[in-house]
Amino acid sequence: MSHPLTGESPVAGPSPRLALSDVTVTFGGVTALSEVGLLVRPHQVLGVIGPNGAGKTTLFNVACGFVRPDRGRLEWRDQEVTGLRPRDLAGLGIARTLQGLGLFDRVTVLENVMIGADRHTRSGFLSSLLALPGASRDERALRERAREVLDGLGIAAHADRYPASLPYAVRKRVALARALAAEPDLLLLDEPASGLSTSEMDDLGRLVRELTERMSVMLVEHHMDLVMRVCDEITVLDFGRVIAHGTPDQVRDDPAVLAAYLGETVGEA
Amino acid sequence: MQQLVNTALSGLTLGMVYAAFALALVMIWRSTRVVNFAQAPMAMVTTFVALAVIDAGHSYWLGFGLALLSGLVLGAVVERVVIRPVEGKPEINAVILTLGLFIVLHALASVVFGNRYRSFPAPFGVRGVEVGDTTLGITGFGIFSIAAVLVVMALLVLLFRVTDLGLRMRAAAYHQEVARLLGVRVGRMLTLGWALASVVGSLAGLLIAGGSLVHPGFMDSIVVFGFVAAVLGGLDSPVGAVVGGLLLGLSLSFVSGYVGSQLVALTALAILMLVLTLRPGGLFSQPAQRRV
Repeated sequence: MSHPLTGESPVAGPSPRLALSDVTVTFGGVTALSEVGLLVRPHQVLGVIGPNGAGKTTLFNVACGFVRPDRGRLEWRDQEVTGLRPRDLAGLGIARTLQGLGLFDRVTVLENVMIGADRHTRSGFLSSLLALPGASRDERALRERAREVLDGLGIAAHADRYPASLPYAVRKRVALARALAAEPDLLLLDEPASGLSTSEMDDLGRLVRELTERMSVMLVEHHMDLVMRVCDEITVLDFGRVIAHGTPDQVRDDPAVLAAYLGETVGEA
Repeated sequence: MQQLVNTALSGLTLGMVYAAFALALVMIWRSTRVVNFAQAPMAMVTTFVALAVIDAGHSYWLGFGLALLSGLVLGAVVERVVIRPVEGKPEINAVILTLGLFIVLHALASVVFGNRYRSFPAPFGVRGVEVGDTTLGITGFGIFSIAAVLVVMALLVLLFRVTDLGLRMRAAAYHQEVARLLGVRVGRMLTLGWALASVVGSLAGLLIAGGSLVHPGFMDSIVVFGFVAAVLGGLDSPVGAVVGGLLLGLSLSFVSGYVGSQLVALTALAILMLVLTLRPGGLFSQPAQRRV
């Protein structure tokens, strides 16, 4: 798979899952991202932080194909995927959560997760249309796996309810379950902690660490303590540029980061 | 008393056919937000396919099956060729295209099948079923119509509620973007949705035609009744379409039996206006946000 001898990543190890280089995005003359690069390594959590308006969401949208960069390059497992479209994500093994959750309200929690799990148990189009025996076996496998994922996140009790009737924190878990059901190699999390209580955030942090056994995670978040606790590496954006990159400890002490977050007067003092 | 029963029975038969037609409209509305006015001529064309097969000396059932199959293909082709190119544009564009298709199919049918009335056979008796001494207002073909629509509805419920394919189709209809992100082939689901709706519409065409006369415009009034039924139940609700179809069939049958058949079309329009004024979402509307 990867060649340790030719690996160019600064930290020795297998080649990155997702690599963005030199990504520039402009919206009608306003530069949202300028020559941004980042790497998500296998079994690691990469955090992307920055003050409001730094370009975090744009970067996230580039990573999942919602926004096409004007310049720059995207690579997935050493293959160029610059023209990535949202519909390609599932096939590549990338899952994402949405800030608005995007749950299907008229479909039960279990079925929501089943839609996410589709990638692996897809029976042929015709065979499921004709309800061939193989299709209904796949059907059952799909249902079971969706249930396992719900169980793993501790929300199996809500399987047959409709998302709209559930508390926000549970709905967030459903959205996460749906992303996990695809058994992705990379999970993109967009502001997963927003609206959660402190204890719920602790649970989320533990969960994300556990996930690294199975996948890589890219986390866009502005709850600093969660990011510091959970991430292996952090990329800091400000005004659309990468101003710092490194381990949580390195980033925490970086003067440019302090300046961006605390204002320039403090940075100069 | 006997007239009451007979009026109700014939209303039920007609209502089932309206229900099927309304269901076809609702299926397309739910997935693509288009009222498919071409549904009537599409069903007319597939009915003529059946007639051509039967006139060539084959059995009614072969014609019946081939008509449904051609409905499937026609629905898919219309979605891919006519509707897909205007996807993402204002939905009124697609609606106007279906109106254009209405005219085109009419003209084509006149050229290919001729513009005169032709009789269409029925596989079962078209005289009232006799129970003892009394003749009921329901025919053998009427019973077949009701059964056929019920079977198709049951199959659709199974497809949408039980199978993974149906789940993906629903996902594609609710949130296209999210479904796409999860790996659902949204385009295929929409094509399939149109194809299935067109099969249901074709069934309604075959049932209207059975034991009666067909001609390129024979379904045109049905699109009005089907649309009224769909609006009555709520364009978003398949259950509503069925209930709306039955209610409309019964109402029109009673108006025709007790007041006068010349008032049927007027009654349908009065019901449409009444619903749109009092309960624009239809009887079964639910406040739900879709299409974020």
